[in-house]
Amino acid sequence: MKISVASGKGGTGKTTIAVNLAVALAGKDIDVALLDCDVEEPNGHIFLNPEYTESVPVTVPVPKVDFSRCTYCGECAEICQYNAIAVIPDNVMVFPKLCHGCGGCYHLCPPRAISEVNREIGKINSGHGRGVEFVEGRLNVGESQAPPLTKRLKQSVSKHEVVIIDAPPGTSCPVVEAVSESDYVILVSEPTPFGLNDLILAVEMVRRLGLPHGIVVNRADSGDDRMLKYCESEMLDILMKIPFDRRLAEAYSTGKLMSEIDRVYNENLFNMYTSIKGKISDARACDYQR
Amino acid sequence: MRELVIISGKGGTGKTSIVGSLAALGKSKVVVDCDVDASDLHLLLNNNVREIHDFIVSCKASINRQRCSDCGLCADYCRFDAIKYEQGEYRIDQFACEGCGVCRYFCPEYAIAYEPVKSGEWFISHTDHGPLVHARLGIAESNSGRLVSLLRQKAREIADKNEYDLVLIDGPPGIGCPVIASITGASYVLIVTEPSQSAFHDLNRLLELIEHFKINCGVVINKSDINLTLTDHIKKDVQARGIRVVAEISFDPMMTEAQINSQTLIEYTVNDSTRKIEQIWKTIYNEMQSSPGFQQNSKKEIL
Ligand code: SF4
Ligand code: SF4
Repeated sequence: MKISVASGKGGTGKTTIAVNLAVALAGKDIDVALLDCDVEEPNGHIFLNPEYTESVPVTVPVPKVDFSRCTYCGECAEICQYNAIAVIPDNVMVFPKLCHGCGGCYHLCPPRAISEVNREIGKINSGHGRGVEFVEGRLNVGESQAPPLTKRLKQSVSKHEVVIIDAPPGTSCPVVEAVSESDYVILVSEPTPFGLNDLILAVEMVRRLGLPHGIVVNRADSGDDRMLKYCESEMLDILMKIPFDRRLAEAYSTGKLMSEIDRVYNENLFNMYTSIKGKISDARACDYQR
Repeated sequence: MRELVIISGKGGTGKTSIVGSLAALGKSKVVVDCDVDASDLHLLLNNNVREIHDFIVSCKASINRQRCSDCGLCADYCRFDAIKYEQGEYRIDQFACEGCGVCRYFCPEYAIAYEPVKSGEWFISHTDHGPLVHARLGIAESNSGRLVSLLRQKAREIADKNEYDLVLIDGPPGIGCPVIASITGASYVLIVTEPSQSAFHDLNRLLELIEHFKINCGVVINKSDINLTLTDHIKKDVQARGIRVVAEISFDPMMTEAQINSQTLIEYTVNDSTRKIEQIWKTIYNEMQSSPGFQQNSKKEIL
């Protein structure tokens, strides 16, 4: 079962929920893996303290021109939609950071002057921490191509009873890449005007992807009731409410888990998991009847 | 004209609240919200949208069923797994399509249409604190870096036309493409961080990026009293890199309260945080003023 944890925006407690849920499940002897898909800023490791056992570079193909063959016809630049290749009278310039690795220029080049070389954009690190298998992607600084790394990351996790995906913030392409194919998406938000604004976008995203979803309200007593009214009118499931607790903020800041503050959080998270499991099988039963 | 960019790496550090207050303090300026994924700044500035424009940069492919012979060549060529054989025919998944156009090129039946698509919208708004340029990227869209560049360019145009001195930019989260697009060529970058392990981790990655681009920068530690030991550690670490810690602001529930009342903190209250923010404003103003080229271009006072 794949459960993604997403949020319209960062800082809502998404990583906290993902990590603590994983640890809570591991505590109940469930075989669980955590995938940190926030490849621009992976933070899960801070809480799990994993012992890494493997680190694999992730590459994308970029063109390399053999100038003894090139006729400077310019066709490669013509097909490239990303301006990643430019042909001038006696040179062909490749801009690797713009290249999406689509292979168009490689396939097209009439004298077959283009070959492809691999360029590293980041790494996938895996290990174990606190009973959880942990896999994270780390984009190299200055790189912008998150989706291929996320895709590879999702493929690199082995079979587990439960896989929890910590998605990047937002609703753009890398987020969709992270959450698609999930059985359930937990949206973490807080009851402030910013939180509500971002939640509306996140709900729109999961609805368009057709993924079952529910809401965790973090710092539930810190704002006003506009968010709860929205959830009610949109008939959104509220999975859990976590009050604002300064001890939690302090724990988060030092990389501690919620259960180290209060054991009850693990129980609550486990109960949330059980109810999600119920919702998924209900949804499947519905699909079957249709 | 100067461009001041405020970024935070991680979300939730209070960056937008601080930008809102800076917007209320500044006089001659255009404000830009470059968080095109989830823009929130307009909620504080009470905006009135004056212009709406489509953001169109890329094309996407679709298959013309009349012409398609289901040969599957397009799927072979697609590197993004966007073309799949489903229910007896080849289909293009619009979410996965990166718009490279390779399938169209190689389709023997000329069955692939390749048309410009709208990836989002951008707006010019009128606010209590001057013009605001902002946007909304569509769901599952990429190209946020390009949208950020577009917003910056529009803001510069508005600033030039009205002889404003400053473009104040609320930056996007992360360290990827949109952030790079928002800081390249900026006059000053202010990083808002908080004392948590994860924010510290992100801060280091951001500073690496800033050093790479050699931009003037300063750091604000928000919620500094949540973890004093770590605040201290961050301060030392930042200073060791030769970067100034412009201010430390204690955890302040008023930030949320002001937000609920759709106001910037500066308008909502006077307290320790607002005094710190005024201090930040003066410090950055002085730094930007002393940087070369400022006097010539400056026609009006920022403060
Ligand atoms: S398509 Fe091939 S031959 Fe033509 S300019 Fe590009 S690399 Fe050279
Ligand atoms: S592989 Fe695609 S994106 Fe890269 S240079 Fe060639 S045509 Fe452009």
